[in-house]
Amino acid sequence: MSSILKGRIAPVLPDNIDTDIIYPGRYLNITDREKTTEHLFELAYPELRARIQPGDILVAGRNFGCGSSREQAAAAVKFAGLSAVIASSFARIFYRNAINLGLPLMVSPETVARAAEGDELEIDPARGVVHNRTRNESYTAAPLDPRAIELIEAGGLVPYLKRKHAKQPEQLAHV
Amino acid sequence: MPMTMAEQILARASGRARVTPDEVVVARVDLAMSHENADLVRKAFFEIGVDKVWDPDRIVIIFDHRIPAESERTAATHKAVREFVAAQGIRAFYDVGRGGICHQVLAERGHVSPGMVVVGTDSHTTTHGAFGAFATGIGATEMAGVWAEGELWFKVPSTLRIEVEGALGPFVSAKDLILYIIGQLGSDGADYRAVEFDGSAVRTMTVASRMTLANLSMEMGAKAAFTPVDQTLIEFLEQRVRGPIDVVTPDSGAHYERVIHINAGSELTEPQVACPHSVDNVRPVSTLEDIEVHQAVLGSCTNGRLEDFKVAAGILAGQRVHPRVRLLAIPASQQVYLDAMREGYLTTLVEAGAIINPPGCGPCVGVHQGILSAGENCISTTNRNFIGRMGSKDSNVYLASPAVVAASAIAGHIANPARVAEEVFV
Ligand code: SF4
Repeated sequence: MSSILKGRIAPVLPDNIDTDIIYPGRYLNITDREKTTEHLFELAYPELRARIQPGDILVAGRNFGCGSSREQAAAAVKFAGLSAVIASSFARIFYRNAINLGLPLMVSPETVARAAEGDELEIDPARGVVHNRTRNESYTAAPLDPRAIELIEAGGLVPYLKRKHAKQPEQLAHV
Repeated sequence: MPMTMAEQILARASGRARVTPDEVVVARVDLAMSHENADLVRKAFFEIGVDKVWDPDRIVIIFDHRIPAESERTAATHKAVREFVAAQGIRAFYDVGRGGICHQVLAERGHVSPGMVVVGTDSHTTTHGAFGAFATGIGATEMAGVWAEGELWFKVPSTLRIEVEGALGPFVSAKDLILYIIGQLGSDGADYRAVEFDGSAVRTMTVASRMTLANLSMEMGAKAAFTPVDQTLIEFLEQRVRGPIDVVTPDSGAHYERVIHINAGSELTEPQVACPHSVDNVRPVSTLEDIEVHQAVLGSCTNGRLEDFKVAAGILAGQRVHPRVRLLAIPASQQVYLDAMREGYLTTLVEAGAIINPPGCGPCVGVHQGILSAGENCISTTNRNFIGRMGSKDSNVYLASPAVVAASAIAGHIANPARVAEEVFV
């Protein structure tokens, strides 16, 4: 990702935020991705949704997104307007789901340790750098895999594959 | 170069002679399973702009999370998936009353065999490592990509090997063993990794119990989990799988990130319980006996099989469920339902005061058929006890074996089945 993301830190969440906390199982029959965000953190942190502004960056501890494979968890985060999630670590299915929906994620325990709600961050996912402008500190993060960056830049797996499949007939025509 | 189970299977599926951990490979998918969330997959699939799935014979769809439909919205998603399945020519579709919980049905109907790459839009797809498959959960959008292309990228995981020797004591089951292991390793202790279980305690287990190990491995973050491909498994598969069975075993000398040795006889002396609100908050049952129980649940992809009903019926025979407790019993599939009926287990449970829910996920994911109120405690054979998992955010779920659930249902509080069997509470 050539671009640098800027955003304010939304509430900082603890370790082991599971998918039931992010998106309760009772709403799994909602299959419109945009609508999922109405139930983000609804059971465990009902007040949190209102504190998130479009463009904010969510920060959390270890094992963020553990539990279910429900893609609504990643969709609810994305469609709440959060521009990225930085955590000390992510559970693997959530990680893949987020990338597939075009939501950038970064693994950076250092950033998490120093983060406070309201801090302004600048993140460079490709280089693996996070700058906290409020504190004027820089932290290292695991750089995002080029494959993940390609998917995020395309807007997610669906637009990525759409472009790929749309190209095929053209290519055939040239053979 | 010797390889682990995960390495061997991913090497073969990606057409390579060998792979090593952290390498990214594109593997062909042998089986793609979805439940009701096939509706989400279907939507993403059409957004990609492809009309036909890559191979309708490699897709299995099983309704289990909300059956029969509990709301109009669910009914509409069921209907949309039925129409999709018909239009695409997907034959392995298990509608309401035809199957049961997706993982149980895949196993019973012989959809999975050793060496396969199985993906499912359900995190507990790790269950199928009990059949020697590399089986893992993925999200709906990713599944749409699989439906379109029949392949998926994987980062080759490193492997933890867990060798369990010795015999499990009376009333100590595979569930207790895996809860104990999760308690030791933590809920992210196997994150991104494959797990291989082996040792005499595992090799003497039934296939149903091995499914419990592989199923709950997800709760320590495992990407895939394997139990041995041995004679016990081959006999199970021969009755169900069409075609030859490929005996895949790890190479001797394969590299493991870590080898963990457990002596079941000396370390695991009593049943284990995972306390609210995380699966790694595990304690011995005897330390929890003052906790009141309001609901007891026997079922799920973890412990809703015939052997689980047998254990529960053995403890509940001639007993009454405590007046404070609602005991919900949910066979994991139509087949388990029929078998438990024929064996008389359901009669025993109903006589004791249980209610039998239809085969499916039931209250496990907190959408219907046994929601908890604030302030209620539930002892359950399911696999997650997160905040609000089975209802109110102020309810508590304790995870345990079928024996502990049955004993607790009688006692009205969390109870050690060994003591209930001694008639301490009668
Ligand atoms: S029984 Fe529970 S854990 Fe298993 S597939 Fe159903 S909802 Fe998921």
